[in-house]
Amino acid sequence: MQARKKYVLLGLCACCWLVLFYWGGGVQLRLLRLLTRHRGDVMRPWPNWTDRAFLPRYAHLDELQTDPGMAESPRQRRQAWSAIYKDSRCRMETCFDFSRCRRRGREGFRVYIYPSEKNDRVSESYRKILASIAESRYYTSDPREACLFVLGIDTLDRDQLSGQFVPNVDERIRGYPLWNDGRNHLIFNLYSGTWPNYTEDLGFNIGQAILAKASLNTEHFRPGFDVSIPLFSKDHPQKGGERGWLVRNTVPPRRKYLLMFKGKRYLTGIGSDTRNALHHIHNGKDIVSLTTCRHGKDWEKHKDARCDHDNLEYERFDYQELLHNSTFCLVPRGRRLGSFRFLESLQAACIPVLLSNGWELPFSDVIQWNQAVIEGDERLLLQVPSTVRAVGNERVLALRQRTQMLWEAYFSSVDKIVLTTLEIIKDRVFSHISRNKYMWNYLPGGLLVLPEYSTHLAHFPFYYLGLGVTPGQEFTAVIHAVSPLVSQSQPIMKLLQVVSKSKYCSQIIILWNSEKPPPSRSKWPPMPVPLTVTDGRRKTTSRFLPHVAIETEAVLSLDEDTVLLTSEVNFAFLVWRSFPERIVGYPPRSHFWDPLKRAWGYTSKWTNDYSIVLTGAAFYHRYYHYLFTHYLPQSLRTLVDRTSNCEDILMNFLVSAVTHQPPIKVAQRKQYKELPSPQGTKSVPWANPEHFNQRQECINTFANWFGYMPLVHSQFRLDPVLFKDQVSVLRKKYKDLERA
Amino acid sequence: MYTSGKYSSRGPALIPRMKTKHRIYYITLFSVVLLGLIATGMFQFWPHSIESTADWTLDKRSVHDAPLIRLPVSSPIPERGDLSCRMHTCFDVYRCGYNPKNRIKVYIYPLQRFVDELGVPISSTGLSREYNDLLSAISDSDFYTDDVTRACLFIPSIDVLNQNSLRIRETAQALAMLPRWDKGMNHLLFNMLPGGPPDYNTALDVPRDRALLAGGGFSTWTYRQGYDVSIPVYSPLSADVDLPERQPGPRHYFVLSSQTAIHREYRAELERLKEENGEALLLLDKCSNLSQGAASARKRCYKGQVYDYPQILQESSFCVVLRGARLGQAALSDVLQAGCVPVILADSYILPFSEVLDWKRASVVIPEEKLSEMYTILKSIPHRQVEEMQRQARWFWEAYFSSMKAIGLTTLQIINDRIYPYAARTYEQWNNPPVVKWSSVNSPLFLPLIPPRAPGFTAVVLTYDRVESLFRVITEISKVPSLAKLLVVWNNQNKSPPEETLWPKISVPLKVVRTKENKLSNRFFPYDEIETEAVLAIDDDIIMLTSDELQFGYEVWREFPDRLVGYPGRLHLWDHEMGKWKYESEWTNEVSMVLTGAAFYHKYFNYLYTYKMPGDIKNWVDAHMNCEDIAMNFLVANITGKAPIKVTPRKKFKCPECTAIDGLSLDQTHMVERSECINKFASVFGTMPLKVVEHRADPVLYKDDFPEKLKSFPNIGSL
Repeated sequence: MQARKKYVLLGLCACCWLVLFYWGGGVQLRLLRLLTRHRGDVMRPWPNWTDRAFLPRYAHLDELQTDPGMAESPRQRRQAWSAIYKDSRCRMETCFDFSRCRRRGREGFRVYIYPSEKNDRVSESYRKILASIAESRYYTSDPREACLFVLGIDTLDRDQLSGQFVPNVDERIRGYPLWNDGRNHLIFNLYSGTWPNYTEDLGFNIGQAILAKASLNTEHFRPGFDVSIPLFSKDHPQKGGERGWLVRNTVPPRRKYLLMFKGKRYLTGIGSDTRNALHHIHNGKDIVSLTTCRHGKDWEKHKDARCDHDNLEYERFDYQELLHNSTFCLVPRGRRLGSFRFLESLQAACIPVLLSNGWELPFSDVIQWNQAVIEGDERLLLQVPSTVRAVGNERVLALRQRTQMLWEAYFSSVDKIVLTTLEIIKDRVFSHISRNKYMWNYLPGGLLVLPEYSTHLAHFPFYYLGLGVTPGQEFTAVIHAVSPLVSQSQPIMKLLQVVSKSKYCSQIIILWNSEKPPPSRSKWPPMPVPLTVTDGRRKTTSRFLPHVAIETEAVLSLDEDTVLLTSEVNFAFLVWRSFPERIVGYPPRSHFWDPLKRAWGYTSKWTNDYSIVLTGAAFYHRYYHYLFTHYLPQSLRTLVDRTSNCEDILMNFLVSAVTHQPPIKVAQRKQYKELPSPQGTKSVPWANPEHFNQRQECINTFANWFGYMPLVHSQFRLDPVLFKDQVSVLRKKYKDLERA
Repeated sequence: MYTSGKYSSRGPALIPRMKTKHRIYYITLFSVVLLGLIATGMFQFWPHSIESTADWTLDKRSVHDAPLIRLPVSSPIPERGDLSCRMHTCFDVYRCGYNPKNRIKVYIYPLQRFVDELGVPISSTGLSREYNDLLSAISDSDFYTDDVTRACLFIPSIDVLNQNSLRIRETAQALAMLPRWDKGMNHLLFNMLPGGPPDYNTALDVPRDRALLAGGGFSTWTYRQGYDVSIPVYSPLSADVDLPERQPGPRHYFVLSSQTAIHREYRAELERLKEENGEALLLLDKCSNLSQGAASARKRCYKGQVYDYPQILQESSFCVVLRGARLGQAALSDVLQAGCVPVILADSYILPFSEVLDWKRASVVIPEEKLSEMYTILKSIPHRQVEEMQRQARWFWEAYFSSMKAIGLTTLQIINDRIYPYAARTYEQWNNPPVVKWSSVNSPLFLPLIPPRAPGFTAVVLTYDRVESLFRVITEISKVPSLAKLLVVWNNQNKSPPEETLWPKISVPLKVVRTKENKLSNRFFPYDEIETEAVLAIDDDIIMLTSDELQFGYEVWREFPDRLVGYPGRLHLWDHEMGKWKYESEWTNEVSMVLTGAAFYHKYFNYLYTYKMPGDIKNWVDAHMNCEDIAMNFLVANITGKAPIKVTPRKKFKCPECTAIDGLSLDQTHMVERSECINKFASVFGTMPLKVVEHRADPVLYKDDFPEKLKSFPNIGSL
């Protein structure tokens, strides 16, 4: 019987198999497909139609080229638009009056601030915003020439429950004669809406005003019109601001913790979905996600089972320590979409992992955030750990450096945030003279790139490597002349000879700043290169005016009494070509912090390091002329003109602020002027102690305006490769330099 | 097979015990089983024929064989597109999920022909050639999946490229009938000509629920930023006409307008500009004497003179692309193809792929209102920028406009970048033409940082068996203030390093790493023991560097953390006679390499050397036991685009008891080998990355007439 059973069983199995084979063709087919796929023949599912060649075009050429044309006149259409597309559908074309900004460039873009009324309470943050605008180069006190208007009423906090809330805004702005339904107005806001919904409503009708708002939702954001700004605290510095925390690029770039979060957990209401789930990813090892229920007055009312345990765990870690030691920082939405956490992690070089669906990121118009943060999705919280784990070291390194670049370029101070907002709007108004994405996203950042100078990347000193081009082969010498021409043996004559002999010199410009009128052409010696004399109108800053005559990228700035050799000029120029974004020159100076006076000091003594290279004999890119004249405030330039001093220090401040690097001193020469001859009757200005004290003061005034000390020290100078080496001088290209 | 074998072997023994009728029964049964098995086996071994016959039928199908679907009149219609849709509200990310390749899976519905109840097709063209090209390109791409359950994105095979040929209501019904439609979730529609008379909507009018729209001609009011994709209007001329790329530069005309259906108001404006600026402007129009048709589409006229279109576009620096009834114009594609810089006058138009492409570098966008100022605006653009724009325009066309494949795959890549933002392509990848990608560098250490002095540096000494000299080096280096750790890489497998007690006593930790093989690349391995960023690679015979010199080198490195900062400098030269590169170690005025016998560099370059060295260079170096330093110089220069920094005066690198670098270098065969290395590496890198400079770094007060004791680095340059 045993055997029989066995056979029956066997038979049944076989029958099943057969049935499966005949009826379950699908299974077989799938099996086959799997097999074939393994062999590499991927099924080609979209067929190669036999009649492919006979398929019709999607449109005839005629149809494409001969557009049906519009019945209405384009002009009428544009007018009709502004009636249709307003308020929530505002765009620059329909809600902005371009005619108010008619004058080109900087001149056309003027910002007016309404005077605030006496009993107005203005919050610290708003005061800083207004101060930034008032100090900016776009400020005007005349509403007639303004292109953009900013309210004096504090609109930052529109949470009715807040102490900063200003009531009756609607009535007051209606009273403004210039309000014009908000046209050309810019409204700043950090907080809108209130418990429980935190809507985007500001509590008054903004009409057609541009909104610069934190925590903007993509749905309400009017693209190309509103500006999303970051949420910043009232302690955010007005100027300068702290530098990013990244001081060195460690490799491997991973820090102690992979991912961290420490913050409130909302048990109810908006935003609680995300925050409530955060504890799921906490593993206590490399992922630290801590929440506390302890916030608000009545937190214990909503308390749940996790709260006590979470609260305990929460106390075990320090937020600052986590910020410093974590590779990624979770930035989930709170009640509102944006949070302080965002800027904090950005500064800490802790790569933000955003969990804030629908948040229009700060300055999203111009900043490419996917190169600096990880944009997560609230719905995929549980995938976040594996996602960040999968981010390669190379990318971590790049993301981290990019957080620092963005922090320092746009976020580290209220000044920067406000100016970026204004520049974005200005770029829209003058769209054909605006920055491209490259300028916004690469060092040194959009605020230091003035499109009125040029819209061409290769015209700036920063982008050579990124574009794969090299700086030009020629330079323009600009000689600053202050003393009248009396004899042919004056130092300037010698200098002209020396410079014009350089094979890299394309032209010489003499900036005539003397009390006497410039001498006639015949007085100047014949030159192998073109010589131009320009009137500087006796202003010291004129030496850094962006003269149109300067056509080369490199400028050699000289004082009339500078003593140099042709080979020194050549060598310095070649070094500049390796460092086109810096000042490269001869006379070094240094600054230092004087703890007794609690002020910055300036020294011209020979020291082991330097932070300034005087522009009496230095190469730099001509863009810095433009930046000097148009980026720096009038106040500093007036100071320079008034004292006829410090222009070289200011230039060094500017360039170091742009590059974050020291200037470069070349070769041995330090004394770049002839020592005052004993029989000389006239006192030389730079030998005067008064002159020196002024310079000391300048340094402090400048540092004050920049908000920090941009100058950086360097400990080396660059010499020719064989400088003073024990080889035959015949081998040396720059043998003259050894005698200098 | 196994079962039947068992039967035949055990069978005879069993049979006698059974009754006859049973026996017959069993034999029949097993024969059936056996037959079945054989049949199965046969089919199992015939998969190819089954598959290929299927394929064969697939490939021989005509579009007209596609199944016919009749739409009931009452069939549901989707809702109109929801303007508030964004990826996080209307897109189901769970379908895409986490995926190690970070690539979305795209499913294409099989072709069906939809007709209404009366049998009238929903579209007058049916499947167009362009849409067919698009779908087959996608199905050939890595995005494609044929498994509908694994798909993240669905593409209907209903062609909606041109709204003119569609019956709106029926098309919408057909969409809703798709088996996975589900309110249009994760569906992608491609449309190039939206809207219809009289008001020409800027987005497809077909109700489409939450489906994403890749549309040509969006305005800022219909475009859902971050959700829709703005695509170009494909110009069929792209495929028909071959316009060879022209070198950027000035062209015969300055501005050209070639569109035929320009509103008379604009034409009047352009005529006025032409009057003011004369020959620089060329204002073309339809040829009146030619009949409609393909021929007229390829000709343009000005005052009776006939020009070939689109060839004439190549004769102008700028080409006007004005909006018509629609914002998107096929002319944009022609203009880009010709390498002419488009001057776009179409207020509120969302430029194609503007999410990733930087149009400011390839075009000039002027508000329609400012048409009269166009000439002045264009004249103010620097020549060099115009040239860059011309190159950029052509590159955009080649990469993103030239075929339906390019358009389709770019669209998918953009959506892919949104879903996996952490793996998104960078600005450079999207915007830099190949020639720039090739010549430009994006240093991985791009931030200008001057790292603090405090962490110091780790000295890595590669040694084989010169113990005595090694010990002297260790003693010398240990005097450098910023030395943090000393790592000895013991490259001798046959001999153990000396006992711990024999090593010189130094104040910083000293670690010895024994290697598995005597390879030169061991010196550049990113050992975990190296905890500082700064690494000093030093040979075991470099004893002539003073502590001041080494400390100074470290200080210089801090100012150039992305470069090689080293002592002995070398140069490469082009040998005109031989037509190849030559290595030079003589006293030269220039430097393009520093030897890693004594050089500071960032630890990051250890990773690059070990894991990212291009080609077979690493093996080549190990096999030849030479040139690891040249390879390192190539690597660093290639990735940073910067020259190394040679520090301090040249020394005679000689020591009494050993063959020093110089001693070796002077050897002729050695020189030949090094030259060979340079040529080999240059060919692997495909370029010569080394940069030549004429400077070296010295302390500020070097050789100055200044009290030595006040100098930070007095002991420099002594021989």
